[in-house]
Amino acid sequence: MLVRSIRVLLFFILMSAVTGLVYPLLVGFIGGVAFPYEAQGSLISHDGKIVGSEIIGQKFSGMAYFHSRPSHAGKGYDANMSSGSNYGLTSKNLRKLYEDRVAALKRQHGRGEEPIPADLVAASGSGLDPHITPQAAQYQAARVARVRGLSERVVNDLIAQHTEGRTLGFLGMPRVNVLKLNLALDALGQP
Amino acid sequence: MLLSDLFQMALYIALIVLLAPPLGAYMHTVYEGRQRWLLPVENVFYAILGTRPTLEQHWVRYALAVLGFNLLGFLVLYGLLRFQDVLPLNPAGQAAVGPALSFNTAVSFITNTNWQSYGGETTLSHLSQMLGLTVQNFLSAATGMAVAVAVIRGFVRKEAETIGNFWADLVRGTLYILLPLSLLAACVLMWQGVPQNMSGPVEATMLEGETQRIAQGPVASQVAIKQLGTNGGGFFAVNSAHPYENPTPLTNFLQMFYILWIGAAFCFLFGRMAGDKRQGYALFWAMLVMFLVSLGVTYGAEKWTAPAMPAPAFQADGNMEGKEVRFGVANSALWATATTAASNGSVNAMHDSFTPLGAVMPMFQMMTGEVIFGGAGSGFYGILLYVVLTVFIAGLMVGRTPEYLGKKIEAREIKLAIIALLAMPFGVLLMCSLSAFSSDALNAMQDQGPHGFSELLYNYSSASANNGSSFAGFNANTDWHNTMLALCMLLGRYVYVVVMLAIAGSLVVKKAVPHSVGTFPTHTGLFIGLLIGFVVIVDGLTFFPVLALGPIAEHMAMLAGTLY
Repeated sequence: MLVRSIRVLLFFILMSAVTGLVYPLLVGFIGGVAFPYEAQGSLISHDGKIVGSEIIGQKFSGMAYFHSRPSHAGKGYDANMSSGSNYGLTSKNLRKLYEDRVAALKRQHGRGEEPIPADLVAASGSGLDPHITPQAAQYQAARVARVRGLSERVVNDLIAQHTEGRTLGFLGMPRVNVLKLNLALDALGQP
Repeated sequence: MLLSDLFQMALYIALIVLLAPPLGAYMHTVYEGRQRWLLPVENVFYAILGTRPTLEQHWVRYALAVLGFNLLGFLVLYGLLRFQDVLPLNPAGQAAVGPALSFNTAVSFITNTNWQSYGGETTLSHLSQMLGLTVQNFLSAATGMAVAVAVIRGFVRKEAETIGNFWADLVRGTLYILLPLSLLAACVLMWQGVPQNMSGPVEATMLEGETQRIAQGPVASQVAIKQLGTNGGGFFAVNSAHPYENPTPLTNFLQMFYILWIGAAFCFLFGRMAGDKRQGYALFWAMLVMFLVSLGVTYGAEKWTAPAMPAPAFQADGNMEGKEVRFGVANSALWATATTAASNGSVNAMHDSFTPLGAVMPMFQMMTGEVIFGGAGSGFYGILLYVVLTVFIAGLMVGRTPEYLGKKIEAREIKLAIIALLAMPFGVLLMCSLSAFSSDALNAMQDQGPHGFSELLYNYSSASANNGSSFAGFNANTDWHNTMLALCMLLGRYVYVVVMLAIAGSLVVKKAVPHSVGTFPTHTGLFIGLLIGFVVIVDGLTFFPVLALGPIAEHMAMLAGTLY
């Protein structure tokens, strides 16, 4: 019985080494050689400083930038504490949040009763969604153009350039990466 | 929009239908010992254990090996979590995990549940993720697959004593199936942007000047196996909704495919082992029909039953709360259906924020005990349980001794099957009710009204079915819920394992009755219909009342405009 148990324990240790060390380290090695940028988290540097990850959403509150979706990750876009709101649809709290967000969006954009794209009002699942829908970007275009003193056409062209279609033409949804779009805005000149 | 949604779903189904049979055929060669390209490695494992694949076990010894090995896995994982603060590979300086949470997490991973009471990036060190969780992702999946193969042997062998060698089944499943396919997926994931590194959180200075700490780690390797092995435990708290776990529609599609692949392939493995492929196809079609109905309901609910929020200022294409833009409603509904059909439990959207009807089918699929494709292996021995009961009922209807694959199904098998059938109601109804009385329950609920009850119900169903997805607003990380949910997980896993092995042991010694005109065929549309009917009626009768109290009441409230 004792010999048997020791054998099983040794077996477990070797199995753990194969699946828990060799496998992840081998994946890490392949990543380091073939996909070094992605394996390190797709980090974007600007003037020698890391400004974020290409695929992790950021919080933007200034009027000169496109805004990301509402986030419940920590205090908003905390990339060390991912979370959705987890409210059910019959929640008073959720309804309150929606009403406040709709009011704020109307105030900031002055677009009257024009329908607001849902993704600007509903929070994402991760709290780190890097994307908004093209409609949500267009909704904000006039405000960004006004604050930056650009023509709306320039801003809309920029949105069009940064719109990713469905993968292979049919997978997923069309989307705009907010961080990349804002970096491109800054490249046109600071506000 | 609708058209492209439907096209994505159709493509997904088509790939499962096309690619599950070849994997089943490959798995058949693996478990028969015909794959030998890793023989030297295989032999090292056998030498350590002092066993050979040909040294087969009686069902009792097989079951004891499963239980003993899983107990050892539990103890090691529990130890790793309790002492992670002093162990290496902890760049973020995570503290030791508390006793109740460690118990819950260790049970969660040995039972292939991967319930997350912990939040990955805020709780666990890289060592715990790799040597603890990733190891159990492999071993719990390989265990489930081994048990399923052993159970199938019990059904198809004639007048034999043994049902295989657990160690050989475990080693072969891990080396030839789980490791290569995970490695392949991990590479695709990294190509699409999933990180794989040993760094601590990276500090980024955001465009507006604030600092963002971005958690890092060996994500790709963990995500690949968590989908393939139907484990589902994420590297991050929000699982595959996190852009680092699931950055593009392509990674999303691949992960969804991996969720069902092994579960679907088991049908074809079974057909080959039984020497009658039609038997495998019959179970596959039964599962697929149930899957399609679930998908239809969930997608329809998410697309069309979201209430008009502060109308008319809302341009909504379905319910986007808790969903990611890159996936949209269709891929979130498809994922939710797949992850709860299989006992996977990873999520790409927050189920807690689904519409009430959108959450009904995920809950119901879990309540069946995860037999619609189901977990790696566990789904298949689960559906065999329903098959045994269905042929029994069919036999009663025509007044003949029920048979399956030529084996007489008798009183002993039915008694055993009923024990397993009661495991789900015990966990979902009894344990959930007990918890509803605890003072912890009300504190743990984030929402008021019927949705609060839905949170409790969903989470106890998830644990009992070894699914692992959650209504995450519910704070399950308390001593009471950690302990109760862990008990549900143990019950849901090991009652099934032991009972199904016992049924296999009881069938394997029987001789086959020759096929006659009176034999009830089990590969026809009639049988598929009976099997589906049995699953729906038994589980419907058992769980409809409790569903009426939760999501269905919530739907009525939502239509009436009541908020809580």
